[in-house]
Amino acid sequence: MAETVTFKNMALAKAINESLRRALDTDPKVLVMGEDVGKLGGVFRVTDGLQKDFGESRVIDTPLAESGIVGTAIGLALRGYRPVVEIQFDGFVFPAYDQIVTQLAKMHARSLGKVKLPVVVRIPYGGGIGAVEHHSESPESLFAHVAGLKVVSPSNASDAYWMMQQAIQSDDPVIFFEPKRRYWDKAEVNTEAIPGPLHTARVVREGTDLTLVAYGPMVKLCQEVADAAAEEGRSLEVLDLRSVSPLDFDAIQASVEKTRRLVVVHEAPVFFGSGAEIAARITERCFYHLEAPVLRVGGYHAPYPPARLEESYLPDLDRVLDAVDRSLAY
Amino acid sequence: MTVESTAARTPRRSAGSDAGATGAQRTTSTTAKKAVPAKKATVAKKASAAKKASAAKKAPAARKTGGTKPRSAEPHLVQLLTPEGERVRNAEFDPYVSGVTPEEFRGLYRDMVLTRRFDAEATALQRQGELGLWASLLGQEAAQIGSGRALRDDDYVFPTYREHGVAWCRGVDPTNLLGMFRGVNNGGWDPNSNNFHLYTIVIGSQALHATGYAMGVAKDGADSAVIAYFGDGASSQGDVAEAFTFSAVYNAPVVFFCQNNQWAISEPTEKQSRVPLYQRAQGFGFPGLRVDGNDVLANLAVTRWALERARAGEGPTLIEAFTYRMGAHTTSDDPTRYRHDDERAAWEAKDPILRLRRYLESAHHADEGFFAELEIESETLGKRVREAVRAMKDPDHFAIFENAYADGHALVDEERAQFAAYQASFADADGGK
Repeated sequence: MAETVTFKNMALAKAINESLRRALDTDPKVLVMGEDVGKLGGVFRVTDGLQKDFGESRVIDTPLAESGIVGTAIGLALRGYRPVVEIQFDGFVFPAYDQIVTQLAKMHARSLGKVKLPVVVRIPYGGGIGAVEHHSESPESLFAHVAGLKVVSPSNASDAYWMMQQAIQSDDPVIFFEPKRRYWDKAEVNTEAIPGPLHTARVVREGTDLTLVAYGPMVKLCQEVADAAAEEGRSLEVLDLRSVSPLDFDAIQASVEKTRRLVVVHEAPVFFGSGAEIAARITERCFYHLEAPVLRVGGYHAPYPPARLEESYLPDLDRVLDAVDRSLAY
Repeated sequence: MTVESTAARTPRRSAGSDAGATGAQRTTSTTAKKAVPAKKATVAKKASAAKKASAAKKAPAARKTGGTKPRSAEPHLVQLLTPEGERVRNAEFDPYVSGVTPEEFRGLYRDMVLTRRFDAEATALQRQGELGLWASLLGQEAAQIGSGRALRDDDYVFPTYREHGVAWCRGVDPTNLLGMFRGVNNGGWDPNSNNFHLYTIVIGSQALHATGYAMGVAKDGADSAVIAYFGDGASSQGDVAEAFTFSAVYNAPVVFFCQNNQWAISEPTEKQSRVPLYQRAQGFGFPGLRVDGNDVLANLAVTRWALERARAGEGPTLIEAFTYRMGAHTTSDDPTRYRHDDERAAWEAKDPILRLRRYLESAHHADEGFFAELEIESETLGKRVREAVRAMKDPDHFAIFENAYADGHALVDEERAQFAAYQASFADADGGK
């Protein structure tokens, strides 16, 4: 049984596990599907023990075929199920991209609202774990660009728990990006606390001089940046977007109207990344408030590099501080 | 025999390869009926003697995997009505249609005639500018009506965009099919009203939806079945292969109904496969068979057989309905650029409607009055379709934003408001004049 208690120190991966357990327990229509999610419990153990407790018909080891996983999940959703599918790694989602973009995203609209597809696609994403090729990417913009999809990414265990609950309850398909390098980060998770809406940003740290906006794995980095900047007498506000589509522009606007400066941080390449959309819209909304152009820190327009080079590719403390300095110099 | 028709096309492969041999056999004038008993014993012996024989040589196992008896190495075609309308006896499949009454025979005929009439009307409406595009099913009526009439109400259909005959069998108002071709919507019916999913345009995608749906049926403990329609071109899609894999692994109650109409726009089936398509099932571990796609009775029989397997928990089946796309791929296509008229002429002699009419007449199942009444009904349908399409209004501009999401989306709301303000600005300008 899912218990309603407060866990003092729960790892992000375990929080998702508990959230899936609760969903499987409370809704017989919820299914968990993916490669190795059963006996193995997933390569990151996010689904550990679920098949043992809920059986093979609800926690389903699938053939190794991502399009098949998402395509059959669509069929199961049409039959009334609520599948939560796991794509093993970010770089492996593309065989399923067709089903996600042409089918999953559009079914509600093309059926004039008659068909709902409550499918959650879980994708461990991002770098920083020294992995081989195709295991460190951040493709969230490729999904945020598609109408009909919702795209979220928790930054901490508590959000991971609750956002998964909300994603499963959503009648829209949700692409759920899990910050794999934060899987083992622990935080307090209160399974009784009533969460705010799924697609709202949260002010992680208040500040007055500049706003740092991030989501997923970069939120922790931005908090560290804010700490470092504070030592130099700079007060940075940190916003955890939590949702990439829809984006909580109101929250960003409110923060920028206060601080007048904005730096967006994500691991994904800057070019056509979510930061570009944020920069464009915030420039439009806050043109007369801004003291500096919106700056972005992210990956380069180059294939994700081999692990020994990823520290140079990924945003880190110094690169974000550098952007902060450049913004403040205007 | 239907198999002869491929002779009109160019040989596909150099002699000596297994596929070439298969192709050559397909083009022989020997009827399948004659060939089967002669070949059976030899082939069965061969298959057991030489396990390392090529896939083409082991072809009979296509049916073996399902526990039924082996067939000839050359494509065997299930046929119950010859093009001349003669009833061919078939010990295996006759039981599935032995109870078909004269009234039901007339019903199948009526279905095919009205479907063809509707289809012709839609083609005409496209030429008149009332539809942007139309994908004609001309020539495929028997495959669609035969399989469609095998279904129960609680079964679920996943069509491509050409299953107008199946839609008819499901009770979908044919005028509802025309909205997407006119451009007023992207699917104008509620899939759950008739258990007939929306047309799928991305080739082969629906095979996976059907499989997933069937997995759900099995989970629910229901004895409904699911049928996925697709074509010879789609058989090359990864999604179709993955659907075969998933349905086999989970033993899903799904029937894969492939209408091999010989052409994927301009590409002949030889560009999709070097084995007859139904033999693909063998490698996935479930039975496949080829049926004369222009024989409505045979399609009814084999689909009933496959659905029965699904309901009995025996898993998926692949049916290859060997037929012919008599018309263009769509109204935008020009088949004269890639195929000869003589091929079409050869298939015209095997017309699905003509052969059932011959049978109805020779069996005295229908009189002149029936055909005359049907002609009137047909004209009435054409008129109704015409009027319905012409009366279809363009949707309101704001329909762009409707239903993009089930639970709403802040950006959609924002853009809808901006669009509304923009539209309203014209009203202001008009008012100022």
